[in-house]
Amino acid sequence: MSADLAETAVPESSSGRSLWVDAWRTLRRNRAAVVSAIVIAVMAVLVAIGPFLSPYAYDFTDWSNLSTGPNLATGHVFGTDTLGRDLFVRTLIGGRISLMVGIVATFVSLVIGISYGATAGYFGGRIDHIMMRIVDILYAMPFMFFVILLMVLFGRNIVLIFVAIGAINWLDMARIVRGQTLTLKHREFVEAAEAQGVATFAIIRRHIVPNLLGVVAVYVTLTIPQVILVESFLSFLGLGVQEPMTSWGALVKDGSEEMESAAWMLIFPAVFLATTLFCFNFVGDGLRDALDPKDRS
Amino acid sequence: MLRYTVRRLLGAIPTLLILIALAFFMIRAAPGGPFDAERALLPEIEQNLRAVYHLDEPLYLQFLRYLGGLLQGDFGPSFQYRDFTVTELIMAGFPVSLRIGGLAMLLALAVGVTVGSIAALRQNTRIDYSVMSVSMTGISIPNFVMAPMLVLVFAVYLGWLPAGGLGDGSFANLVLPVISLALPQIAYISRLTRGSMIEVLRSNFIRTARAQGLPERKILLRHALKPALLPVVSYLGPATAAVITGSVVIEQIFSIPGLGRFFVQGALNRDYTLVMGVVVFYGTLIVVFNLLVDLAYAWLDPKVKYA
Repeated sequence: MSADLAETAVPESSSGRSLWVDAWRTLRRNRAAVVSAIVIAVMAVLVAIGPFLSPYAYDFTDWSNLSTGPNLATGHVFGTDTLGRDLFVRTLIGGRISLMVGIVATFVSLVIGISYGATAGYFGGRIDHIMMRIVDILYAMPFMFFVILLMVLFGRNIVLIFVAIGAINWLDMARIVRGQTLTLKHREFVEAAEAQGVATFAIIRRHIVPNLLGVVAVYVTLTIPQVILVESFLSFLGLGVQEPMTSWGALVKDGSEEMESAAWMLIFPAVFLATTLFCFNFVGDGLRDALDPKDRS
Repeated sequence: MLRYTVRRLLGAIPTLLILIALAFFMIRAAPGGPFDAERALLPEIEQNLRAVYHLDEPLYLQFLRYLGGLLQGDFGPSFQYRDFTVTELIMAGFPVSLRIGGLAMLLALAVGVTVGSIAALRQNTRIDYSVMSVSMTGISIPNFVMAPMLVLVFAVYLGWLPAGGLGDGSFANLVLPVISLALPQIAYISRLTRGSMIEVLRSNFIRTARAQGLPERKILLRHALKPALLPVVSYLGPATAAVITGSVVIEQIFSIPGLGRFFVQGALNRDYTLVMGVVVFYGTLIVVFNLLVDLAYAWLDPKVKYA
């Protein structure tokens, strides 16, 4: 508390309090968001290095331990599945896939959404009208069904999952970015750049996009869990990643089939998946509170 | 209002056309044909088969033929279930899905609005916080995780409810699927209601009503509820889409013979016409429902100008 007071006592003129400094301060005060961010970080580290710490490989069948419960003596801390594969390693490997899909597909949607939205918003007029009308129409499409259709038609490969999920998730991003761009483009610094004859796309890249980052950051943290959810949904239906590779959705599916005899197969992956989604949602909420200009006092 | 309605109706037509065209051409762009499944057919036989299904015509003619069929409610033959048309399959599965989805929507609305309003009235109390964290949990736990968990507890451990199947369609068989389908929506709707209710309760006309000494119950039901429900109304479109999508996994988990299950079976069996039929059918349903929601919104909200 005293540190806070000392900081606010510094005259404003010495260094402007940027949006990010302010946001960081608000975010740190939000305990749920901070804890969630730490949990996500721990999860990421665990998923990245965890599999190396276990003596078992994710596709190794331990014939002497088929479908056994959590057991410290054998080293199967989460137990094994019906094929005798170590569930701890499989949960972590599945987490790698889920998190990777979450990040890569969000990045795909980010790139499409920002370029589309910023272009529509900056040019305005008829171009904007047509571009946004297209978004409206696409919005009405039942996307989950199209993704399933894509998976059915073109085989279940993981790159396609990234692209398909990313390609359907850019619509919200495009809308948000466009709205923000519309308000930005009449600001003085954009006019100044225009007056100096800076090329249009250079203005979009140098002056518009950086100012969108706040909104985008919020949206990204809320998109990642959505994407993870979509991937799990597909894997649950058997349309996502293929055996012996796995993801949290696929593990939950396997677990739900065996839950009467091997509840641990359902519970561990389910808890990992739910915790991750939960934490991302909390961080997203926290970021929104921190970066929302409406709340600034 | 009439003009607005007509304009929106006309506006839905290109959306539907694009929807159908996307599904149609995606299927045609896929590698592999419907007949190269188990064993190779004699060229003459394959030629005849292609002729029967009009696959030898130019693509645009096939598309027009499909469109013409759709207008008459004909989704074409199923490639897997040779004895049924896709329309028959849809008509067999949809009533089941509709019952579960409809019940889930009603439950989500009733519980979500009630819980959200209570949280708003008790803003920043322990009740509010617990309701909101429970609903955050509800949003975060996907229904394909929630459903097996519920089965594990209520069917396997406690044995109160059947674990799956529709049986004779009795109440007990519906409880778990409907609840697991409704839970994320309850969570969402309660958050929406809470937010808008808090805003409405701060507005001037509510203060006026309070100043006039109206009983709190009356203020809430007569004045606050309708404007507070507007965001919920506009959420009904996405909610329908979410419930339809959710029903695909829920029907799978509970082995309910609904349309979603046909869809997944069709997808795994590469039954192109069935998959396409379901996409078009559900897509149309979502588009139409969004339209109805927009019209309802225009009718409810005096601020929306429908010229």
